[in-house]
Amino acid sequence: MSPNEPLRVIEPDGGVNGYDSRLTEDQLIHCYRTMVSVRVFDEICLKLQRSGRIAFSIPNKGVEATQIGAASVMKTSDWLFPSYRDFGMALYHGVTPLRMMQNMFGNAEDQAKGRQMPVHFSFEEPIRFYSISSPIGTHIPQSVGAAYAAKLRGEDTVCLTSFGDGGTSSMGFHSGLNFAGVWKAPVVFLCQNNGWAISCPVEEQTASEGFAIKARGYGMPGVLIDGNDLLAVRKATEEAVERARAGEGPTLIEALTFRMGGHSTSDDPTRYVPKDMVDYWAKRDPIERFEKYLEGVGLWSPEMGKALYDEVTEEIKEAARQAEKISSPALDTIFSDVYAEMPPHIRSQGQAAFDLARTRGDAEAGDGDFPL
Amino acid sequence: MTTRTLLQAINDGLHTVMKEDPSVLVFGEDVGVKGGVFLVTEGLQKEFGKERCFDTPLSEDGIVGAAIGMAMNGLKPVAEIQFQDFIFPAFDQIVSEAAKLRYRSGGQYTAPMVIRTPYGGGIQGGLYHSQSGEAYFCHTPGLKVVIPSTPHDAKGLLIASIEDPDPVLFLEPKALYRAVKGEVPEGHYTVDLTTLREARPGKDVVIFCYGAMVPVAMKAAELASENGIDCRVVDLRTLLPLDEEGVLEHAKAVGRVVVLHEAPRFCGYGGEISALIAENCIEYMEAPITRVAGFDTPFPNTLEHHYLPDHRRVLDAVERTYHF
Repeated sequence: MSPNEPLRVIEPDGGVNGYDSRLTEDQLIHCYRTMVSVRVFDEICLKLQRSGRIAFSIPNKGVEATQIGAASVMKTSDWLFPSYRDFGMALYHGVTPLRMMQNMFGNAEDQAKGRQMPVHFSFEEPIRFYSISSPIGTHIPQSVGAAYAAKLRGEDTVCLTSFGDGGTSSMGFHSGLNFAGVWKAPVVFLCQNNGWAISCPVEEQTASEGFAIKARGYGMPGVLIDGNDLLAVRKATEEAVERARAGEGPTLIEALTFRMGGHSTSDDPTRYVPKDMVDYWAKRDPIERFEKYLEGVGLWSPEMGKALYDEVTEEIKEAARQAEKISSPALDTIFSDVYAEMPPHIRSQGQAAFDLARTRGDAEAGDGDFPL
Repeated sequence: MTTRTLLQAINDGLHTVMKEDPSVLVFGEDVGVKGGVFLVTEGLQKEFGKERCFDTPLSEDGIVGAAIGMAMNGLKPVAEIQFQDFIFPAFDQIVSEAAKLRYRSGGQYTAPMVIRTPYGGGIQGGLYHSQSGEAYFCHTPGLKVVIPSTPHDAKGLLIASIEDPDPVLFLEPKALYRAVKGEVPEGHYTVDLTTLREARPGKDVVIFCYGAMVPVAMKAAELASENGIDCRVVDLRTLLPLDEEGVLEHAKAVGRVVVLHEAPRFCGYGGEISALIAENCIEYMEAPITRVAGFDTPFPNTLEHHYLPDHRRVLDAVERTYHF
């Protein structure tokens, strides 16, 4: 294998060359079900967005194996520091589609109280799925700090920190990996190289031959893997997590994958992604690949796949139906949670807003379209 | 009580809290063995070890970013930025991350942390060791901004900042590090982050100021009193959130206002004080509200004593206000 050959486990015929994932049949099905859930959630959100019922969504089609393979290694006592294209990690660990849909609608039940755009999830149980930030790479050094805190207390917590190829150009990538290397912080950095940062291809992001080799400059191992191969992602993440738990420090994993949809519902990738690239990756769909593996071990059939898809679709549609019924957050949520205790100037601004709504009626919602 | 400089009082505050609370960590560039370029953290590494007081790589973004992660995972980080002029790589982490985390996560994640940094002129530090950037940060909901001017307040405000549940930017007037001395109580005490301080009583003109400008205002007040003008000096000390009621009370009581800071005037903090008074109690004003500030230029080196507001400029403004 040449140094630039990514790690693969699942062969085109579905075989795994003797690799033992140590996943039970239930866990394997759970991985599969979560990947399907991510895809269905996307499809439903796209329809909701196109029909004007939600404002925005971020599709994950094509990158499901990277998310789920990595998440499957983490324990609920670990921390996930996700990018905005990672919500499958939360689904895997038991966050329900309904909790996510509350965020998509920005309603009164949304954990972020309607303050963030859709897809900017924040959960603290059943696993810490850290509040997503739109600025790129800012969570990378933060995850190193959280990991350092765990290490200082002698806990065996590991932080899984995920970002895209575009994220490697951010200041946070450099400072985060540099600090993690120096501190031997228990972090696994997962670079999901999906080829595109909105409309910018990888070659416009870096002149490096890849991202995994950047690890060397930070004094940590770098691993290049096939990100559409769930078991390869799992294998590499397992090794990295073991190193981290053993106090040996961070690892950078570069997962080669492909964003089969747009950057977001506001984006039209046909304007910049070459068609032959789309065709190439269409033949390497991560869900189909995993189905082939599952079929080989007797856990999948087309009928089983169809039944599961239908079941998941109904579950997520029902979540959307329920979330849509919930009202918007109350006006006071604009003013709370700025500080632990509300200072007088914010209190008086809030009071003025309530008084105005009472005397002159509510403000009218705008109809602006989000461009990114 | 011990007589200490402002710098010693901050060191004493850090020492006090680190001794009481093992989750308090002090880190930044050169804060360990060297004890910081101004020696504010001197002796902490020796006493508390390298795990609790340590040097970091040279990256403000990394220092503040890591501090946020530590804070959300149960530690109480006190990060030092060597000079406030160097804080801007961390602006994103402070403004978009630390300050917004409680809000954007619906209270699930918070970043109770302190960023200490020396600000302001007076050490011949030129463009990049002299700036007063408080206004950039005071425009940030979710952040607290604190500036002490006395050793007593420096220690008490610092301890209150470390114990505060929200992120605090603690700006230290480097010009006063060794220039002011005062009585500092032993052990643990706090000065709460919601009140201003009347530094000098007076009935004719009130000067609102903070940090290194407080002694300048005091000197100007002294000189004004020789001319029969009785100046009140108010040290704002917590700039965000501001004790607005306190400001209005003093403004109403005196009726003539001078606002003083060393940062540039345009969009400076003084504009906020001026607008607050104008919106709420203009009818009490006997004269226009007057600002005395740094010039709207970058900070010069050789001529810094001309750039920094001094007693001449304050006295000039006081007299104009008084005789209006």
